[in-house]
Amino acid sequence: MSTEMGRKWIVATTSLAGCFGCHMSLLDIDEKIFELVKIVEFNKSPFDDTKEFSMECDIGLVEGGCCNSDNVRVLRLFRKHCKILISVGQCAITGGLPAMRNGIPVKELFQESYCNNLTLANSLIPNDEELPLLLDRIYPCHEVVQVDGFLPGCPPRADLLWEALNLLIAGKSLGKISMKNVKYD
Amino acid sequence: MEQSYIQITIDGREIMAKEGQSIVEAARDHGVVIPTLCDFKSLPPAGTCRVCMVQIGGRIVPGCTTPVSFGMVILNDTDDLRNLRKGLIEMLFVEGNHMCPTCEKSGNCELQNLAYQYGMLVPRFPFLFPHRKIESHLPHLLIEHNRCIQCLRCVRGVKAKDGHEIFGFIQRGINIRVTIDSTDPDALTEETAQKAMDICPVGALIKKKTGFKLPIGKRRYDVNGNG
Repeated sequence: MSTEMGRKWIVATTSLAGCFGCHMSLLDIDEKIFELVKIVEFNKSPFDDTKEFSMECDIGLVEGGCCNSDNVRVLRLFRKHCKILISVGQCAITGGLPAMRNGIPVKELFQESYCNNLTLANSLIPNDEELPLLLDRIYPCHEVVQVDGFLPGCPPRADLLWEALNLLIAGKSLGKISMKNVKYD
Repeated sequence: MEQSYIQITIDGREIMAKEGQSIVEAARDHGVVIPTLCDFKSLPPAGTCRVCMVQIGGRIVPGCTTPVSFGMVILNDTDDLRNLRKGLIEMLFVEGNHMCPTCEKSGNCELQNLAYQYGMLVPRFPFLFPHRKIESHLPHLLIEHNRCIQCLRCVRGVKAKDGHEIFGFIQRGINIRVTIDSTDPDALTEETAQKAMDICPVGALIKKKTGFKLPIGKRRYDVNGNG
């Protein structure tokens, strides 16, 4: 099977402040995965372990919100290299579970994790220039860059991801997505 | 005294409504669906959520607090009203911290189901991420202010056995919040806590030790919902 473009669709995926559950959900499309690999090729994705963009992509699927400076850098790269950028899952759309820290000062968070934690041998707040800086709060992806579509769920149901990919590949907007597969949990 | 009826029109359909009824009640009697959230069975209307907005002439009014009057022509299912209601639902989502993945009420939540019904994928407004407290000192009830939409159903509908009020509210506007009478912990029995949880349209009032009782697929709106 070929696509209308005469070539495979190039899809990039990443997990920012997420748990990779949305990636797992895409793998949960069962035997349809054989159809998927006929029409889609991954670039810059944990699925084929490509770490950097080597070409411009048609679709970018972003899981997780932005909790540190590296998340922002990667998200901006995705916006630059992907024609259609989709927020996948509650974390990318609302901040999700990591956003439970919003409202707590960063200093307190560090102290709780690295100083007051009972299982620590040495209390030391990590401060290496290699480490990305923690943001003041979690930012949903669309508050950092422009996002073209949203697929809610924790994780989004495999059927929803499959339907969405098919809509996009047919050149349609995600506004037409059926709500029957949409769940926020 | 004999009940008198008056004629009203909803979306072009003529209905004989009982005098003194609200628009929402009259619609419900005749199977016309006007979405509601703060409205609950026999409780007096509060008009807090505004989800039941309907259009009469050029005005948009809440259907639960507006009584029917003779010859009233009501618009209910229009694109403008759908968009307005969807906007209201989105505002409720960004105003609190509604983390559906971790909420015990997910799947049984009226706010969530309305959002499915109105096709919300993402709220159009920025999240406010307010800093609110969780009250866990009561033996049978957990009060999660992050999820409260201030509909005041609990204030209107949950009383102690002897009839005295348990729930109240303090402050106004965006700072309004539900409070509980902690001076008499015995007033809030296990049974009352269950009633409070059932009356709450969201996951703000949770009866302790019963979370996630129904598995995914068997919850209220999994079986009979709009998602």
